Amino acid sequence: MVQTPALPAEFELPLKLRLPRTGAVDQVAVEARAGELAKRSIKRDAKLWALDLAIRCCDLTTLEGQDTPGKVAALCSKAIRPDPTDPGVPSVAAVCVYPNLVAVAKERVAGSSVKVASVATAFPSGQSPIDVKLREVEDAVAFGADEIDMVIDRGAFLSGRYGQVYDEIVRVKEACGGAHLKVILEVAELGTYDNVRRASLLAIAAGADFIKTSTGKLPGAATLPVHLVMLEAIRDVYDGTGRRIGMKPAGGIRASKNAIQYLVQVHETLGPDWLTPDLYRIGASSLVNDILMQIRKEKTGAYQSRDYFTND
Amino acid sequence: MTEVEKRRGAAPVPRDWTYAPAPESREIVALHERYGLFVGGEWLEPTETYTTVSPADEEPLATVAQATPAEVTHAVAVAREAFIDWSALPGSERAKYLFRIARILQERSREFAVLESLNGGKPIKESRDVDLPLAAAHFFYYAGWADKLEYAFPNREPRPLGVAGQIIPWNFPLLMLAWKIAPALATGNTVVLKPAETTPLTALLFCDVVCQAELPPGVVNIVTGDGAAGAALVDADVDKIAFTGSTEVGKAIQRRLAGTGKKLTLELGGKAANIVFDDAAIDQAVEGIVNGIYFNQGHVCCAGSRLFVQESVAEAVVDKLKRRMATLRVGDPLDKNTDVGAINSRQQLDKIEELVAAGRAEGAEIYQPPCRLPERGYWFAPTVFTNVAQSYRIAQEEIFGPVLSVLTFRTPDEAVEKANNTPYGLSAGVWTEKGSRILWMAERLRAGVVWANTYNRFDPASPFGGYKESGFGREGGRHGLAPYLAGAVQ
Repeated sequence: MVQTPALPAEFELPLKLRLPRTGAVDQVAVEARAGELAKRSIKRDAKLWALDLAIRCCDLTTLEGQDTPGKVAALCSKAIRPDPTDPGVPSVAAVCVYPNLVAVAKERVAGSSVKVASVATAFPSGQSPIDVKLREVEDAVAFGADEIDMVIDRGAFLSGRYGQVYDEIVRVKEACGGAHLKVILEVAELGTYDNVRRASLLAIAAGADFIKTSTGKLPGAATLPVHLVMLEAIRDVYDGTGRRIGMKPAGGIRASKNAIQYLVQVHETLGPDWLTPDLYRIGASSLVNDILMQIRKEKTGAYQSRDYFTND
Repeated sequence: MTEVEKRRGAAPVPRDWTYAPAPESREIVALHERYGLFVGGEWLEPTETYTTVSPADEEPLATVAQATPAEVTHAVAVAREAFIDWSALPGSERAKYLFRIARILQERSREFAVLESLNGGKPIKESRDVDLPLAAAHFFYYAGWADKLEYAFPNREPRPLGVAGQIIPWNFPLLMLAWKIAPALATGNTVVLKPAETTPLTALLFCDVVCQAELPPGVVNIVTGDGAAGAALVDADVDKIAFTGSTEVGKAIQRRLAGTGKKLTLELGGKAANIVFDDAAIDQAVEGIVNGIYFNQGHVCCAGSRLFVQESVAEAVVDKLKRRMATLRVGDPLDKNTDVGAINSRQQLDKIEELVAAGRAEGAEIYQPPCRLPERGYWFAPTVFTNVAQSYRIAQEEIFGPVLSVLTFRTPDEAVEKANNTPYGLSAGVWTEKGSRILWMAERLRAGVVWANTYNRFDPASPFGGYKESGFGREGGRHGLAPYLAGAVQ
């Protein structure tokens, strides 16, 4: 077993290092606070700054049964140069694909700053034997993935087998080698904010580099209150241990305005240190074009037709 | 090259994200240079005047009337005249006017919100999201009661008192006006209302709404001025005084009214306990603490100004609180991103500074987040005192500013004992995940309102009022009708 950094006390496991107490989350109050933060008015320079950051933090994603090398190649081009007419627009952080397409993606992004992330561990359900999951992770890493997006076993989590969830994450982290590990909680299946907090701390304790809200395969993916609960867990871990864990909301973020609301939460909960693609990602597919449209509007003062932005 | 391109050329991107100013436009408010007294549906030219300013930058906004005793007496006489027809109207007819006022307030809410922030110094997000919606909601709520008084007090033959003299404070100028006027009108009374000296403008704009709603002349009369005008109203031929303000003035009014037969309700000061147990949802409790004391710069009679934290989590709570305070945005009340606005007046600022100096002298530890306060106007940084003893002045006296005193406790019994150990008793907050403990605490806390896992939440259907020196009488809900009705309804 790898050296595990820390463990919350009530998960009955051998290690008892300092982690924040799991505690509770008050639903009404956390939704109210998220609602307050969503009302921040971000304009002009501040808006452009945020849009630029949102692009740099994007994990451009395609996770379909119909994905082909052609589709992934197109996505990679978009990732490197989101707006071919405006060299001022930066590259996105990464492309996120299935393991079988990692090699293609890796080849297409070679020489750029764009990383390749692969989902693994029987994405999206996570309902497969652990050996199969580990093998998938090892293969994805062997194909060249820089980052692994794993799913937790919600079946185990919801039946209270936290130890099993924890062990799986530890072993996946081991299998990742040098690749970064993002742990998907699939919050829409967890049911309560208390569970979101518990799963966040569990994943972090087990070695996650990032925690991620959703697979994007379910309705009701990332929401602002869930995001806030996860950020607060990250903050508590940082306070207790000094570890900086990354955050990735995914699914359902389509509009720039919405993306800015997420960034405001990060800014006002974790502070400016987290406003970097090293510690913050947004998993999205259709968001990028809306951001490009907004950037061009801020620069030229007028909206341009959707036809001017490439669909990839 | 556009500015953006220039900036992009100069990578790396700046590390800090500075929100650009996002001010709400003042254009929507058309201020008059000079306001008279609103009596009998007309503007009367005043004999004396004073200037009202914006506390954010001391900019003079308008000249308003300083009502003389003779003018106040006249206003009351006009209200008494109007009472004859108004009280004879069927309740359903009175309701129509109240519904109309409520709708007009909603329609003109942005105008009122901007003026409220301009004249009072509170952040626009609060006047926009709290004061205005609640003010309109009060009129809607009491409009609904107007034709149901016999059902509210069955077999008691409720009937109006006559003329109500109403004196309101400067912390929620329009909302307090709504709390006072809506139930008075619904029950068939007419009113003479005196807004606070420093914040008369939304009440004067409300006169516009009264005219727009075609309320019969004399039913609502607004006289502006300082404490002397208020005293004149107390002494005038009114049937009832409703006062919201300081305990000191409340006591003076009660002494003055003793033996006169005039009815009285008082909603006075507070020094509320906000009690955080170790099993509470800590991050949300911290939000509640912030909302409890920094909402409206702490100019809230029910502000959670004494924080009691269970000792086992005290350090964590205080650390989180301090960090959260550092993200509070203090500044221009009209900026949509402002969390904490200006102190309402020079006088209030002096009082806050005096008490904070006393807190330092007594040995409490002070923390204020780094924030740059504007040079002009009245400003005070959000402040928290730790190591506070129950005997310190800052733990005993109402500061009515953004100043929090943190105390600790060990057991629920001790929390109750300390929380109740105050002459006040307006409100309290309890933060715990344990439902049974909430009920246990609520039974024992001597406070008119006990909030559980929330703070500063208001609803027109919920009665509000104090124990002990926080006053008597209830506003809001069915209870809020009783003080305006004769007959055995109390």
